[in-house]
Formats: sequence, structure tokens, C-alpha cells
Amino acid sequence: MSITYLEAIRAAQGKALADDPRVFIYGQDVGAFGGAFKATKNLSQEFPGRVLDAPISEDAIVGAAIGAAVAGMRPIVEMQFADFSTIGFNQIVNHAGAYHWRTNVPCPITIRLPGGGTSGGGPFHSQSLEAIYAHFPGVVVMTPATVEDAYSMLLDAVAIDDPVIFFEHKFLYYHLKAEKLPTEAMPTGKARIARPGRDMTIVAYSAMVHEALAAAEELAAERVEIEVVDLRTVKPLDTDTIMASVARTGRLLCVGEAWPYGGVTAEVLARVATEGFDLLDAPPQRLNAKDTPVPYHPTLWAAHRPTARSIAVAARNLLRL
Amino acid sequence: MVQSVVERSVPVEDAPLRAEYIKAFRGMLLARVLDDKFASLYRGGKIHGGVYLGRGQEALSVSVGLALRPGDVFAPLIRDGAGRLAFGESILDAVRTYLGSVLGPMRARDGNVHRGRPLTGLLPMLSHLGAMVPVVNGVLLGHRFKGIRETVGATCLGEGGTSTGAFHEALNQAAVEQLPLVLVIANNQYAYSTPSSRQFACHSLVDKAIGYGVRGHSLEGNDLEACLTVVGDAVARARRGEGPQLVVARLLRLCGHGEHDDASYIDPALKSAPFARDCLRLAEERVLAAGWMSPREVELWRAECVQKVEEAVAQVQREPGPDPYAEDWCALASRHLSEGYHGA
Repeated sequence: MSITYLEAIRAAQGKALADDPRVFIYGQDVGAFGGAFKATKNLSQEFPGRVLDAPISEDAIVGAAIGAAVAGMRPIVEMQFADFSTIGFNQIVNHAGAYHWRTNVPCPITIRLPGGGTSGGGPFHSQSLEAIYAHFPGVVVMTPATVEDAYSMLLDAVAIDDPVIFFEHKFLYYHLKAEKLPTEAMPTGKARIARPGRDMTIVAYSAMVHEALAAAEELAAERVEIEVVDLRTVKPLDTDTIMASVARTGRLLCVGEAWPYGGVTAEVLARVATEGFDLLDAPPQRLNAKDTPVPYHPTLWAAHRPTARSIAVAARNLLRL
Repeated sequence: MVQSVVERSVPVEDAPLRAEYIKAFRGMLLARVLDDKFASLYRGGKIHGGVYLGRGQEALSVSVGLALRPGDVFAPLIRDGAGRLAFGESILDAVRTYLGSVLGPMRARDGNVHRGRPLTGLLPMLSHLGAMVPVVNGVLLGHRFKGIRETVGATCLGEGGTSTGAFHEALNQAAVEQLPLVLVIANNQYAYSTPSSRQFACHSLVDKAIGYGVRGHSLEGNDLEACLTVVGDAVARARRGEGPQLVVARLLRLCGHGEHDDASYIDPALKSAPFARDCLRLAEERVLAAGWMSPREVELWRAECVQKVEEAVAQVQREPGPDPYAEDWCALASRHLSEGYHGA
């Protein structure tokens, strides 16, 4: 018996619906159809009237979630693809993100963004948008990399009194498996040491954690011990865990699937450079997707985003600095 | 059933409507006095940021506020001072927000027309036009989930707001869900400086109603009697479960977009149109002509309004402004998830 990352997301939503009458799910095709990726499969049958198909209106979907939250509900919004959340951007960042600050009334909404690249996805079904949401105040941004985190962090997201962007990676949906669902979890906001090591720190999140782990395995054969830090949430960013790791290793490579300008890798490097400069034995490095739209063809796509191979190359270069 | 209909005034002779008319007129007058004070404070340099008045739109706005009741939800826009007061917002809340008092509902974190108390059903507006419509839908969905029945959600927009994607998405959403939404459009002829001819090309905005599958109502927005009747009917229909209602009122904004704006772009020919006449003056003429109030009663009420507003301003001017050192600078309700990192 094993459970996939996608099944964990479905299970977490089922548990949230069962445990809390305030929870409902709103999104395109999420009802009887069960969602474009089947993340809500059977939930509308199990919870009649609480899994609502929405018109193709991302702005109104998020707006309605905000209103429902103000009325005391705990909506979970499914964006069909993270890419389409840009249509709901105004409501997410300007309205939900500012709500508590302005009014002293919480705005507990969870917005699931199936994001990140898969082969053949192309420019508008592949984006990694965590950084633009993290840029705005008043929003929590989760980027689970494991089946266990997909489950426990989604339950956390629903429980949190603030808008949560739950960035779930489509590449992990079917391939990533665990034996069972977790019964306990690390607290939200804490990063995890995914692999200990003493020669270099690679900070990653979401699908890039697995590419980083594969690169670390490759370098282990060259007697290089790499520590991989899985951020889990990019906002809040667990600077303490990052800094402690860099203190142990003296070298930092930060890897993100998103574009390089600004963003999570830039933020991590900026904080380490400003607050932990004396911990570094070499200039901190980062690796991102190329600064173009995400290409459709698998050959181009594989070269566009960081992979275990390109991470290993970057790590070897950093060791020589 | 789904159709756009033009409704006209009916004679106000029965006692309940007469009482409603007088109540509305008094509300309009209070809103006008409050607006005039804000304009005066702005000119005196006492208000930071913009000042946005409802001059010329009080009849429509007050009718929305009066048609609602406790438990309903109201998302006013920038010219809804009259509707706010009628819905139950206090003069103090308005003055405190404009003057930046920490005792106001927005605690000086937001200002002027961006104020409200969500838990009492008064939603603070976003500047992005149309954005409040789906949020009202969401509150109504929440009421449905919680089994709260016969509540209505009302929100106001100008004709410019009908050009947004948010308007389209949300009105369609309300129709799909058959929500008790009353969407009131004040076609005040100009969105900031842009005339209606550059805003939309349909014959009348109320014609949009049929496209969304909702009931449309249209009226002259400076006719208080028509406003009370038509808005009241729309709210009653929504409350009875007849689904979303689109109300389109024609009027002229009798001020600039904000007090920084001299409105020099307004076509002089428009100003002499019947719908451009000041709704407050028309209402006053009506209550006097019908003998519902004497000139002395009107003057007494006006003086009472001035006194209430002056007292509120005097009180708020003695209240503390915000202290940046006492501010917690935490945007999250979940304080344990706040990094407290501000880049410094």
C-alpha cells in the first residue's frame, strides 16, 4: 500500500471537509468530475453541496473565497493550473493579503496552485509563481516537496487564519510515493534537513529538492558530502535553519525552478550574504530556470529548468571557488 | 421573468412611504453636511490623501442603505456616504478614518473611503473597481452554507466599473449561484474624466442584465421617490429568492472625482439635463411642497446635522494619531508565522 503526493492532497482535503463544517472547495471542474488532476476525486459525492464547480472566473473565485472567509467559512480554492492564478492576482495579493492588516479580521483562505513544469506543459501550464505571491505581505506560501508535507501542510493551510498559497508541484503528483500518511509533522515555517552533509549546503524547495538530492547522491560518489535543505515554506523563510547549515558547510547553492530575477533564490542569497557573510568560504551561488517562458518540447524543457545534472555541475564549480 | 424594465415613480401618498421619504431626506442631508465638512477640512490641509464625495448621488445611495437591514452585507463605493450612514455606519467611523485616528475602524492603516467593519456586514472597499462584487457573493455563499436565510448583499459601482473583468465575472457568478445580490450602478456620466461614450457602447447599461440572466431595473438617480421604490423592490426581490438584481441609475456627479479635481471636463450641456439636478434640492422641494416638513424643520435638522458633524470632528481632532513605534508591523493574523523580517 502506497500513497502518492496527489492522493495525499486529496486525502487532506477529505479530512478537512470531514473535520470542519466550515470547509468547502471551490474551483473549476472540481465537482463530479473530480478536478483536472483528480485532486478532488469523489469529494463532491462524499460531501454533497460542499465541492462547488466554479465558472472560468479566477478573479471572482478568489473574491468569493474572501467573502466566504469573512463570513466564517474556510474555503479551499483550486486553481486549475498555477498559471491561471494571475487572473485572480488582484484579489489574492491586494485584497486577501491586506485584509487582516486593514480590518483586524482574519481572511483564512487556502489557494491550491498546481504548478511547476512537466514535460509538454509549455509556457502557460508550467509556471512556478511562489515568488510573486511571497513578495506581498500578509500571505503564507507553502511549497511541499514530500508526500507527508503535501498532506500535513495542506491541513495546516486550512487551519491557518491567513491566506495560504499552497504551491503543489504537478511533476510530483504521480511519481512521488510514501508508505502511509503521516500522523505528526514538523511545524509550518520550519525548514527540513533533507540530507545531512558537511561540504556544501544546497537550499531547495518543491520538486527541486529531489533534483538536489539526486545531485547530492551523484557527488557522494566523488566523496563530497552535500547538505540539502528543504525550505517547505518559502514564506515564512526559515533563515535560521539555512544559516545554521551554511555555518556547518561554508558554501551555499540555492536552487529554484522559477525564473532568476528576484525570487526565492535571490532572497536566500541576499539574507545569507547580509547576515552570514562571515560564514561563507566562497561566494554564494544560485541556479534557476532560464529567463524565458517555459518551453513546450521535452528536450528544451529539460534544458530550461535546473536538473540533478546541472545542479551537480554548479556544485562542483562552487567547490572549486 | 428575466427582463429589463424601466420603472417610474409612483405618487408617494401612503404613510409608510412618506415616513421613508422623510427619513431618507434627513439621511441625505446629514451625508451632504458631512461631505461638505470633509471638503472643507481637505481645503484646510487637515486631511492626508484624497477626499471623495457623494454629492448628487445621495438619493440613490441612501436608498440602498435604507433597504438593507441588520444581517445584510453592504459593500459601498466611494460616493456612498449616505448609504453608509443609512446602513448604520457612525459619523465617528467616517471622521476617524479621514483624520487618521487610531480609534477608527481602520486604525489609520487605511484611510478615507476605504473603511468598514466586516463583522457588522459593512465591507471596506478595495480601490480596484468591481473587486467588491465577488466578495459580496462570497459572503452570501457563506450565509448559504451556514443556513442563514433571507439576507441580501448590496454593492455599488459607477458606470466605469462595469467595464472591468471583475464586474463581468462576479455578476455572472452571482447569476450562476442565484445569490441575493443587488448590484447598483450609478451612471454618473464620468469615470474620473472619461465620459460614458468612451466607457461603453450599449444603449443602456441595464441591457446587460438580460445577458447575465438577472433582472434589470433602471431609474433616474436624482428622484428620491424612484430610488426608494426601485431599490427597495430590487432588495425585496433578492430577499425573496429571485436571484441577483441589477439596478442602473442615471444621474450626474456634482463634484470632481475627488476634491483635488475641479471637474472642468464636464460637458456644460449635461448640467442642464433634468437628471443633473441636485437630488437633495429636489427632495427638499418635495418635502416642503407636500407639507411633510416645514422650512423651519428642515433648517433645524440641517443645524442638528452640522452640530453632530462638528462635534465628531472636534472629538476626533483631540484623538491620537498612529505611533510608528507602537505599530506591530505584522501583516499576518498568525503571528507565529510572521518572520518579522523587514529587510533592514
